[in-house]
Amino acid sequence: MPLGGIIFLTIFIAIFGTFLIFLARAIGGQRKDNSAVKRDIYECGIPSQDKKESRISVKFYLTAILFILFDIEIIFMYPWALSFRDFIANGAGTPVLISMGIFVAIFVYGLWWEVKSRALEWD
Amino acid sequence: MGNDIFEITVNSVKLIVVFLLMVQAVPILVWLERRGSAFIQNRFGPNRVGPLGLLQLLADAVKFITKEDFAPDKAIRKLFYAAPVFALIPATLAYAAIPMSLPFIVPAFEMFGSSWGPYKFLVQGYEIGVGIVFILGVSSLAAYTILMAGWGSGSKFSLLGALRASAQVISYELALGLSIVGVILLYGTFSLSDMILAQQGPLQFVAFGYTVTSAVSWIPNWGIFYQPVGFVLFFAAAFAESNRLPFDLAEGEAELVAGFHTEYGGFKMLMFFIGEYGHMMIASGLATTFFFGGYGIPGITPAELQQVILSWGFSEAAAGGLNSLIHFLSYNVKFAIFLWIFIQVRWTLPRFRYDQLMDLGWKTMLPWALANTVVTAIAIYVVTL
Repeated sequence: MPLGGIIFLTIFIAIFGTFLIFLARAIGGQRKDNSAVKRDIYECGIPSQDKKESRISVKFYLTAILFILFDIEIIFMYPWALSFRDFIANGAGTPVLISMGIFVAIFVYGLWWEVKSRALEWD
Repeated sequence: MGNDIFEITVNSVKLIVVFLLMVQAVPILVWLERRGSAFIQNRFGPNRVGPLGLLQLLADAVKFITKEDFAPDKAIRKLFYAAPVFALIPATLAYAAIPMSLPFIVPAFEMFGSSWGPYKFLVQGYEIGVGIVFILGVSSLAAYTILMAGWGSGSKFSLLGALRASAQVISYELALGLSIVGVILLYGTFSLSDMILAQQGPLQFVAFGYTVTSAVSWIPNWGIFYQPVGFVLFFAAAFAESNRLPFDLAEGEAELVAGFHTEYGGFKMLMFFIGEYGHMMIASGLATTFFFGGYGIPGITPAELQQVILSWGFSEAAAGGLNSLIHFLSYNVKFAIFLWIFIQVRWTLPRFRYDQLMDLGWKTMLPWALANTVVTAIAIYVVTL
């Protein structure tokens, strides 16, 4: 029963990590100096910017969306790869190989189109 | 987790031991990395605290724990504190699923006036039938901890570092996932234990109805001989997955200070470190399992080794335990070699530029992994027909 082990380990690490953080907090203590400059986020000389003021390239979102598409396509290959030898053993190797060939062709076309439309260019 | 109280207790302790094994390996790896990098760069490295500087780790831990705990005003405190704790979880959950040795068999015995056993304990956290899918799924949850840290810190550098890291991790996950399809095609299973069983014995495969066996018995039946391209792709993608040089754009200090952990210090920082090294360990363990026979020893199968140990005059149970121990050492030797490769590469290669990194992942490694899959499938189809 691996599920019990997974749940046990997750809970154990969560408790262990929380304990470590509280331990470090207790031993580390708090210094007297608590000025606004100290409590500010890191910046090198100039007034610090927080995340609301910084702009983020849309390429990150694009990469994430493309990742989801391609990742699902790859996940579809896993069960196929798992049972490919069984299909061959039962004499159904040719249709399975051909249908996967069509799938891979669509995959390659998608990738080619993506490269051609410059969706993967970082400038 | 087990059928009776004894088995449940042992399995729970085993899970904690696996976790502590991982946490314990981190200081040793940090020492090895600092020491190794020093020798690569013609320096001495840490050599003052204790013999060979080995106690440097303890001194570091004391220093870490006496640091003031600090969160910036603009941070989202819940996310900020939860991120390092969650950083430990995916690495450990994935590592616990990698088999490290032969199952440890305990014969039936008497205790507290009742009889117990026999038991079979796996030398791993838990055995999962869909091992690969589980490990891939769980270890990619690390992208969430990076984003939690980056968003929770409230700093511009953290956010940019986190976005870079997560974009990089998901991009290389494609090449990583696709390079494993060849391995699954080869063994026809998701289970890591079955893969290791398939790699035991001398090099041997069936082609066109004939069984081909290597003339020398010490050449093992390892996956690297069938999937060399898959191995290179897997290992290169693993570097990017664990945010190591030459792919550590997430913390390119010239651009981003320290990336997603800019605002972290003390023990919280250390927990991110454990997570990062944990991913190195998962990659090394998986490379060992997929391509280098797992805990297997070249030239001798576990059953043969068992006979050898029995001929030394041990009892059946003791011989099984010793056999398990020897295979555990064998696994750890391979595992350590991969970890050293991680360290050596870090101190040998310079860092990529971000667009080069993304180009390498999407335009080079993904097509190669796809080609590897297609070639493997066609080869298996032609050869077994």
